[in-house]
Amino acid sequence: MSLDLLLLLAAALFSIGLFGALTQQSIVMLMMGLELMLGGIIVGASAIWHYITPDTADGQVLVVLAVTVMAVEMAVGFAVVTALFRTREVDMTDMAAELRE
Amino acid sequence: MSEDIVFWVLAVLAVAAGVMVFRFDSMARATYALLLSLLCVGGEVLLLGLDYLGVVIVLMMTLEMAIMAVFMVMYMMNPAGLMPMSMLHNKKGAAVICVSVFAALASGVLLARWPARRGGPPTDPTMSLGMSLMGPQMLTMVTLGMALFATIVSTVVLATRRGRYDRFGDDLRTRPADDPVPGGGGR
Repeated sequence: MSLDLLLLLAAALFSIGLFGALTQQSIVMLMMGLELMLGGIIVGASAIWHYITPDTADGQVLVVLAVTVMAVEMAVGFAVVTALFRTREVDMTDMAAELRE
Repeated sequence: MSEDIVFWVLAVLAVAAGVMVFRFDSMARATYALLLSLLCVGGEVLLLGLDYLGVVIVLMMTLEMAIMAVFMVMYMMNPAGLMPMSMLHNKKGAAVICVSVFAALASGVLLARWPARRGGPPTDPTMSLGMSLMGPQMLTMVTLGMALFATIVSTVVLATRRGRYDRFGDDLRTRPADDPVPGGGGR
């Protein structure tokens, strides 16, 4: 276990999540990709805290921030899906393209 | 040594489960794969000595995935995956982007000269986190609180089917309220 390995794990999780967020058509699956990306950020932040600055709590605060972003993303994401589905029965990203025109 | 073994098991599980999230047909399986991946992330955080944050992540992810499974069943056209179908777009472009992002991140990780470790971890990291959030990082804490409050308001606004402006008009003066099914007592 070393800083490099942990950061590589974080990069791998981030890239997998990015792939999911870019390819999935369903909005709910897209949000799962975002969650994976944030999971990678959590691993990276805690690795930085443990291996570089364990004497200050800034790395831990970054983890708290990422966890909060996860919660906010889930809540607002589902609210947007609910609003979209109520108004136009849309649950896919490709169908929610009103702003394109 | 045992730490290394735990690290590798958790890391391989996290990445494998992360890949499987987007390969399973069944939405329930995808949700549980994501849960497994994020639980392994929590395990890595625990392994790094952040007991409080690791437990918070484990508990939060378990609840979050339970809620996510409910929404999955509500909103996906094919939640059980009984008719396998592709729900992807622009697979090639995304693969190119992701591989190049990973290559860029990995080369940064391996080539950067990371600073040496400064000091040692405090005897109680949770205590130092609390003191930091209630002291020098108070602004972060206050901002997070405001963001969470704004989230509560905006989710309620977005998820409400008929708000008061729909019922009482733009100036809130329409009486009786304009409801599809009138309430009791003519209100």
